[in-house]
Amino acid sequence: MNAFYSLIFVFALVLIALFGVGAAHLSYFFGVILPLAAVIVFIVGIVLKVLGWGKSAVPFRIPTTGGQQQSLDWIKQNKWDNPSTASQTFIRMVFEVLFFRSLFRNTSVSLRNEDGVPVVAYSSAKWLWLFALMFHYSFLIIVLRHLRLFMDPVPFFVPVLDFMDGILQIGAPRLYMSDLLIVVGLSFLLLRRLVVPIFRYISNAADYFPLLLILGIALSGIYMRYFGKVDVIAIKELTMGLVTLSPKVPAGIDASFYVHIALVSTLLIYFPFSKLMHMGGVFLSPTRNMPNNTRIVHHENPWNPDVKPHSYEAYEDDFREHMIEAGLPVEKQA
Amino acid sequence: MQYGGKIVIGLVIFVGLLLLPTVYDLGAGSAGYKQPKLQMPAPPNDKNCVEDTEWMRKNHMQLLNDWRDWVVRDGKTVYVNSHGEEFEISLQNTCMKCHNDKEQFCDKCHETAEVTPYCWDCHLAPKGAK
Repeated sequence: MNAFYSLIFVFALVLIALFGVGAAHLSYFFGVILPLAAVIVFIVGIVLKVLGWGKSAVPFRIPTTGGQQQSLDWIKQNKWDNPSTASQTFIRMVFEVLFFRSLFRNTSVSLRNEDGVPVVAYSSAKWLWLFALMFHYSFLIIVLRHLRLFMDPVPFFVPVLDFMDGILQIGAPRLYMSDLLIVVGLSFLLLRRLVVPIFRYISNAADYFPLLLILGIALSGIYMRYFGKVDVIAIKELTMGLVTLSPKVPAGIDASFYVHIALVSTLLIYFPFSKLMHMGGVFLSPTRNMPNNTRIVHHENPWNPDVKPHSYEAYEDDFREHMIEAGLPVEKQA
Repeated sequence: MQYGGKIVIGLVIFVGLLLLPTVYDLGAGSAGYKQPKLQMPAPPNDKNCVEDTEWMRKNHMQLLNDWRDWVVRDGKTVYVNSHGEEFEISLQNTCMKCHNDKEQFCDKCHETAEVTPYCWDCHLAPKGAK
């Protein structure tokens, strides 16, 4: 049902945009006001969220790592899985952010009976890693390619991406590999939750909705490029107006574009309040971004109150007269 | 805030990257960007373009791709447009009869939309080709 509600909601968004532009002629709202508001919510929301995280307590180093920690000289340390210095930790973070190393180490557990004896087996499970990588990098390439609509003159890397992405030279306009791969990646991530009973049990609407929303964005973009055909130059006039803050809505823009931009705006608005914040959160993962140096560096709890040391001599200096008066022994007479 | 310096640096980089297109465009003087004006030569005969302008703006790449397949692979040389008019399927003899300046016509939009069609890998470009 969670998946169903999410699907209905994405369909509703599409219909709202379609009717909003087609019947109610709200093209200025959907083309200018909604996207600009969405970008503001996106930026401010993410900044506030990350600052909020920054204010929370930082735990003691958590060495939940998959390798030999720094030890005696003759024991080889696994520097990238169990780093003890900042630069080694940086490399671990690079692997995490760029190559999803934690997902790569994913395992699956199976329990079976062998002659009445239960046997637990762990095996490597790389599918999630593979399709997650496929989806994220396709999305990145697609976002960077879109800069052609937001920058003029178009920066140097866009033609390079465009050439590599369309190198198969299939059809006109050329087929982008990233368009195919993002749909394949998203479909796997969605089917995984729908088909595997364990994942379906733990999946909420908040898990299905972003997948379906991004799938909707991808499919509406694919529709515009390969099937519906839109006036790209008119759209660039609109997007350039957005990015230079001198908005206008030129004539001749199809409804499919407004559906696309309404879904993208929804994604941007939804982003800071959802699981999608793992984009910022991955950099603040305490098990990944802290070196395992608890035996090398003294850790002081940062929110301890500032208590000055107070020796017995100083204590006696403070209270000597009262102590003598009360008949208590003192080391130094007044 | 602990590690506040690093977190703030990260956020500044993030927001900076998002604002980069705006800064770039304002720096390049692209504020008030307008669609490029195309040179529309007077047709040498009474005929209009093979299809309506609005349709061509969106679909010309598909049409050219279809034309290539029809001529080269199927041997079909006559195109009947949506008004029932007949045209010879030929880039050189039909399209470029009127649109005879690549720099002033094709390139105008293709450059700003960063589209690099491979027409001229085989075809002789009209004047204005490099």
